[in-house]
Amino acid sequence: MIAVNDKGYYGEFGGAYIPEMLHPNVEELQRCYLEISEDQEFQKEFRGLLKDYVGRPSPLYLAERLSEHYGMTIYLKREDLNHTGAHKINNTIGQILMAKRLGKTRIIAETGAGQHGVATATVCALMGIECIVYMGAIDIERQAPNVSRMRMLGAEVRPALSGSQTLKDATNEAIRDWISNPVDTHYIIGSVVGPHPYPDMVARFQSVISEEMKWQLEEHTGSSHPSGIIACVGGGSNAAGAYYHYLNDPEVRLVAVEAAGHGIDSGHSAATSVLGTKGIIHGSRTLLMQTPDGQIVEPYSISAGLDYPGIGPLHAHLIDSGRAEAISITDEAALKAAFFLARKEGIIPALETAHAFAALDHLEYNADDVFIVCLSGRGDKDLSTYIKHFDQLG
Amino acid sequence: MAEGLLPAIAYLRPKTINMNRLDQLFAEKQSNLLNIYFTAGYPALEDTTTIIAALAKAGVDLIEIGMPYSDPMADGPTIQESGMQALKNGMTLETLFGQVADVRAQTDVPLVLMGYFNQVMQYGEQAFVDRCVAVGIDGVILPDLPIFEYETFYRQMFEDAGLHVSFLITPQTSEDRIRKIDDLTRGFIYMVSDSSITGAKSGISDRQLAYFNRINAMQLEHPRLIGFGISNHETYAIACRYAQGAIIGSAFIKALAETTDLEGTIAEFVQMVRGEVAV
Ligand SMILES: Cc1ncc(COP(=O)(O)O)c(C=O)c1O
Repeated sequence: MIAVNDKGYYGEFGGAYIPEMLHPNVEELQRCYLEISEDQEFQKEFRGLLKDYVGRPSPLYLAERLSEHYGMTIYLKREDLNHTGAHKINNTIGQILMAKRLGKTRIIAETGAGQHGVATATVCALMGIECIVYMGAIDIERQAPNVSRMRMLGAEVRPALSGSQTLKDATNEAIRDWISNPVDTHYIIGSVVGPHPYPDMVARFQSVISEEMKWQLEEHTGSSHPSGIIACVGGGSNAAGAYYHYLNDPEVRLVAVEAAGHGIDSGHSAATSVLGTKGIIHGSRTLLMQTPDGQIVEPYSISAGLDYPGIGPLHAHLIDSGRAEAISITDEAALKAAFFLARKEGIIPALETAHAFAALDHLEYNADDVFIVCLSGRGDKDLSTYIKHFDQLG
Repeated sequence: MAEGLLPAIAYLRPKTINMNRLDQLFAEKQSNLLNIYFTAGYPALEDTTTIIAALAKAGVDLIEIGMPYSDPMADGPTIQESGMQALKNGMTLETLFGQVADVRAQTDVPLVLMGYFNQVMQYGEQAFVDRCVAVGIDGVILPDLPIFEYETFYRQMFEDAGLHVSFLITPQTSEDRIRKIDDLTRGFIYMVSDSSITGAKSGISDRQLAYFNRINAMQLEHPRLIGFGISNHETYAIACRYAQGAIIGSAFIKALAETTDLEGTIAEFVQMVRGEVAV
């Protein structure tokens, strides 16, 4: 059985390595998250919002031209069609309802690509709750449209100026805010990272992705079981959601796609499962990129959502145990894949998601295989990056 | 509970052969303890030994040495920036152990290492404990090592070596948990003055005083040192009224950042905090 134990561990990964200042908040969540999220009223509200506000179920689409090109059957799970344009909103809907039941009146979040920030700002607007989003100063620049969206939605975007000024530093700043505001604030973490119970809680909220996949694939093909599922991994939330109901079905291959940046050996990469070692980041024992002295390495990827030096403990466990296979994709390959998908299927993916598509070029498969690619988000936010590479790739 | 026992007697463990310098200190002195925090390798790599020697000479009771870390989530900007500078200067844990070994020849002041648990993991937990003891470190503070993980995986290792571990309590820590922490702690309890990261605010509010009083009334076994937001004589004196002593970090680092005369500045800083007239 692949599942978290009551102390928050997947095998040797997970736990809650947090300073005492965070203990009351984290302990309250640990104690309450299952009871609250499994409560009938909660489920009714959660499911209702996913349907009527987010627009779920998201389609499972047979990508015929892509299938023909690769010589197998490829379905796309269209999380890009969700309200706000990515899978991130599945989690923020769940967590805002959690925060309300915990009596919290102030929300903080970190964001890399800005998708989670937008999804958090959105649910806070929906519920009329104050929202502060921490974002690395570098990401604020490269994901400008999402910064404007958050502001329009009424959120305050605070730049993280420390360290590499990207996602890891935004997360540090959010944690510091939570330490300083322990009573009224809930921290909506954007991926399956952080101290227990976040990895499991976020995975559960995202698990709606594979829950739908099962019946949708059954409708399409007569079987709910694909040969494999491909998803990009920053922290790992879209992948966790896409794998969730297949975790204990070893026939289904789980393919985790990470950002190689300029290349695995270039010193500018975010391919944690290749370059990472066991350690602690943001309260979780997992795989992370670090020096022999335990200093966390500043990662690099063209994609702000994958530019993170760790992965969630579930993924560390899946990769360490051999249950999941990891593929790393360079900036250049991801850009090419984005243009390719746009021309083949009329879909412009997020840069993060483009990594998952590029993995098709590196995958071993048979002609009768059926793969599902989790199309985690749409590419509107990345248009300026794509335009920059137009002459080269367009 | 060991209510009524003198702290110094209550927490002595028979296993420790050589008396830990922290135990010795608390046996001799139970009030107005001054613990100064600084970041190893800051402002310059070689300053670690100078700073320890100068602090000892100025009469601080114990010294907390920060192991610079890339992602210090419980620390504010002052300590984080000093850590970044120390790392740029080339600071490593091994270098730090070497510096501590050097300075141990000059002073018997109790030394406590403060850092994040990932640093210990990467060094190797047992190797870290052994090296600490070998160079003369008396205790450690690892704010992101929770008591559950400590008790389950590491307690035996630290206690067998006689290396003390201080745990934190905050205004939100429940009474049961404080009792548990008092039971697990060796040396002193790190009493976080407010819900905050290091370096926040100045001055002490009525809400904080109520918290100090509440903890005081619990008659804990271990001495308490109040830290976070202690920056000058006034806040030090208040802390000493409600606990056995105080910890100063960010304010001291700021003083180091602004000086070219480390030894002079350190002597003046300690005099200022103690409320002695500076020369
Ligand atoms: C579209 C999209 N996909 C994937 C990710 C990566 O996050 P995760 O690995 O948690 O799914 C992000 C993060 O911002 C994103 O915006």
